[in-house]
Amino acid sequence: MKRVIKSITPEQDISIVLCGEAGQGIQTVEQLLTRILKLSGYYVFATKEYMSRVRGGSNSTQIRVSSNPVQAPIARIDLLIPLDKEAIKHVSSRLDKHTIIIGDRERLDTDKKVIQVSFLKIAQEIGKSIYANIIAVGLLLGLLDGDIKVGKHFLKEYFTQKNKEEFVADNIKALEMGCQEAQRLIKEGQIKHKQFSRLEKSNKAKNNLLLSGAEAVGLGAIAGGCNFISSYPMSPSTGVLVFLAQYAHDFNIIAEQAEDEISAINMALGAWYAGARAMITTSGGGFALMTEGLSLAGMLESPLVIHLSQRPGPATGLPTRTEQGDLQLALYAGHGEFPRIILAPANIEDAYKLTQKAFYWADQYQIPVFILTDQYTMDTYYNMKKLSVPRGEIVRFIIQTDSDYQRYNLKVRDGVSPRGIPGFGEGLIRVDSDEHDEMGLITEDMEIRKRMVEKRNTKWHWLKKEALIPTLIGATDYRVLCVGWGSTYNIIKEALNRLDKPDIALLHFQQVYPISETSTNYLNRAEQVISIENNFGGQFSQLLEMQTGISIGTRILKYNGLPFYADELAQEINNILKGKGGQK
Amino acid sequence: MKKTMDFEQQAIKPAWCPGCGNFLILKALQQAFAELSLVPQQVVMVSGIGQAAKTPQYLNIHMFNGLHGRALPPATAIKACNPELTVIAEGGDGDMYGEGGNHFLHTIRRNPDITHLVHNNMVYGLTKGQASPTSELGFKTPLQVDGVISDPINPIALAISLEASFVARVFCGNIEHTVEIIKKAIKHPGYALVDIFQPCVTFNKVNTFKWFQEHTYILQDHDVYDRNTAFIRATEREKLPLGIFYQNEQKKTFEQKLTVHKEQKTAFLFRSINRNRVEELLKGKQY
Ligand SMILES: Cc1ncc(C[n+]2csc(CCOP(=O)(O)OP(=O)(O)O)c2C)c(N)n1
Ligand code: SF4
Repeated sequence: MKRVIKSITPEQDISIVLCGEAGQGIQTVEQLLTRILKLSGYYVFATKEYMSRVRGGSNSTQIRVSSNPVQAPIARIDLLIPLDKEAIKHVSSRLDKHTIIIGDRERLDTDKKVIQVSFLKIAQEIGKSIYANIIAVGLLLGLLDGDIKVGKHFLKEYFTQKNKEEFVADNIKALEMGCQEAQRLIKEGQIKHKQFSRLEKSNKAKNNLLLSGAEAVGLGAIAGGCNFISSYPMSPSTGVLVFLAQYAHDFNIIAEQAEDEISAINMALGAWYAGARAMITTSGGGFALMTEGLSLAGMLESPLVIHLSQRPGPATGLPTRTEQGDLQLALYAGHGEFPRIILAPANIEDAYKLTQKAFYWADQYQIPVFILTDQYTMDTYYNMKKLSVPRGEIVRFIIQTDSDYQRYNLKVRDGVSPRGIPGFGEGLIRVDSDEHDEMGLITEDMEIRKRMVEKRNTKWHWLKKEALIPTLIGATDYRVLCVGWGSTYNIIKEALNRLDKPDIALLHFQQVYPISETSTNYLNRAEQVISIENNFGGQFSQLLEMQTGISIGTRILKYNGLPFYADELAQEINNILKGKGGQK
Repeated sequence: MKKTMDFEQQAIKPAWCPGCGNFLILKALQQAFAELSLVPQQVVMVSGIGQAAKTPQYLNIHMFNGLHGRALPPATAIKACNPELTVIAEGGDGDMYGEGGNHFLHTIRRNPDITHLVHNNMVYGLTKGQASPTSELGFKTPLQVDGVISDPINPIALAISLEASFVARVFCGNIEHTVEIIKKAIKHPGYALVDIFQPCVTFNKVNTFKWFQEHTYILQDHDVYDRNTAFIRATEREKLPLGIFYQNEQKKTFEQKLTVHKEQKTAFLFRSINRNRVEELLKGKQY
């Protein structure tokens, strides 16, 4: 009997939450602190939740620091740094008697015990109130025994390119003052040092990579040979467009901000037609506009890679929050019948790998391939081991054409007619949105129509055969099987670790459509199946039932705009095991 | 020199009404391609949906026949990914100015080196006779029962106002002139609009061959580089001028502005990724 690999227990990490208004620099703290702590030898995890506004509101970042890999959010807060009046209220449901709150008492409105640090006053003494967030970084580094030298060095790197020397010097001073505040709190006995200094550091963590989901999709695209991206900005998908634009010069990528999503998808299809490897990145609302283009890809038999990063809908919904609510959109978008693949990265490493795979499959089968992520994945960072760059040349499924080339040759067993591109060979490349004959010319011949439909849909057979096998972790002779998909992987994994029950396992899908035929066996072996989804309708359970005929009775669903918390989820699963809770 | 025959598509016959202006445009295109000595393998025609948009079907060239109104975005991308190709986007007035109106504006802004041919018959042909964005006020159709009540678009004035780099109008009934202007448009480095008056003999009984003959004239002694006069000529209503209204060869094209073709000249297909750079980029994520 195999047990879940032990990686984390509640005692092995420190959960820090910073909360305040947009514009107070919480993101800077997150970026700096995670990097400095990692370089100090800790494992870190950071994720944020924020309101759809540029200034004000209540936003928070959770940073978990640990001696072991940590890769999921939790509800528990060990240390809260509230930066404005609303902050404590915003996270109040997550506070307990162990939560330490450090802040500027005068600027907070609470009857809770607050350890006083005058962030603003110290900042003003240094020069400007904007240094307050860097004082917070210093304070946290001080409490956690972070490497101050690394911190100073990092600040220089972080700020020098765009700022004056004086500004850099002041920031370094702010960092030092923050550290001194930490020393003071320890000396005065306000904070017991061992509360924060119990974590061990390691060189392994130092050498790890630290990147966000958005960067992972972008890197995966580059490694997958992407050289064209056209998109229209929409949170939370824009990060990928920005990432590729940043590296457009280095990797010879055309990165175009289209006038709308309709243009974006049509451009991408034009790019594939001309021999590029193109992708688009969008969110539900943007993708809604692209459905006609998706259908065009189906008819043209054009490859296409679509990164669809989900956020809660309907319509504009909660623009900056997370949800797994667009699976059915990706599944049913587009009129007519044509094959597609939907991949849902389980985590950041997976986002890197699957994006490469998406390009490969799109090119190989001449079909649209989705990478279905969400805001949570996009905005999350954690340490990870080396990501490998595939060896060898990118395989291009393109042929040099002869003068009698036929784009839609019907004499192909697997439904994939060899693809030519204009300018490579003697043939003429005709692609047509109307039903067409083998040459690509418009036809209303019903026999040809029938054969073309069959040819396009023959690909299903191979897609199902090649579908990624879901990941099973935990007990192999399980009694209870949790089923998840996409970004919930690390969260469910930690939840199961916390439960530490011998007869429970997780079956996780990173390819949600079509699913691997092996899935049925896994499901049939369980006495009880619990599906866990970040949506209201249990969209994947429905899809699974459609594909396997097996219906899942018990569901844990979360749809308030936040990801699951591992500790909270563990409790919910436990309740179900005890016969309470769960949605039917 | 190439022959017009080289560009004829023998496999299928045009599905247009006898006497339709589209036949003349098809002929003009074959002649223009031949006179420019283009090779079929070098020309990509991108079209939308409509009677006009079927034109590439009847030509012996590469074809990307996409969606209604959407010819310009793929045309822009095709040219950007392979600047060696001669790229032409083609469609009707409904296709290009109605459904594709937004792309029209933004393609002008990008200025890709493509030719934009619009068959302007002031009516929807394929969907059987509804008004188009260029239908004149009062034009009656089964759908516009009281006649058109919205002002028509003036594509020429609109394109000039947006500083399109080549703006012309022709009447397909004057085939020599049409060929001459299409050739100039193809040769023009940058976005080139040719609005082509095309009688729809079935659904537009107002703007007939005769009407176009009587209501158009060819611009003489017009300075194509003077944008202000071009704009004034574009707004003439009594008789509609034909010819090149405005031209600007100085504007950089979209492809020229992209950095991807500066150092590497090979087609996108043959480019490989710089693995070392990817390794470096990943390594950078340690810090
Ligand atoms: C998205 C979409 N909407 C509507 C149609 C139906 N439709 C086909 S052609 C056309 C109008 C074509 O008019 P125009 O562009 O003026 O070309 P013409 O047929 O007159 O040459 C329409 C509305 C369609 N094919 N796709
Ligand atoms: S409907 Fe009009 S535009 Fe279409 S083929 Fe007939 S005459 Fe030509």
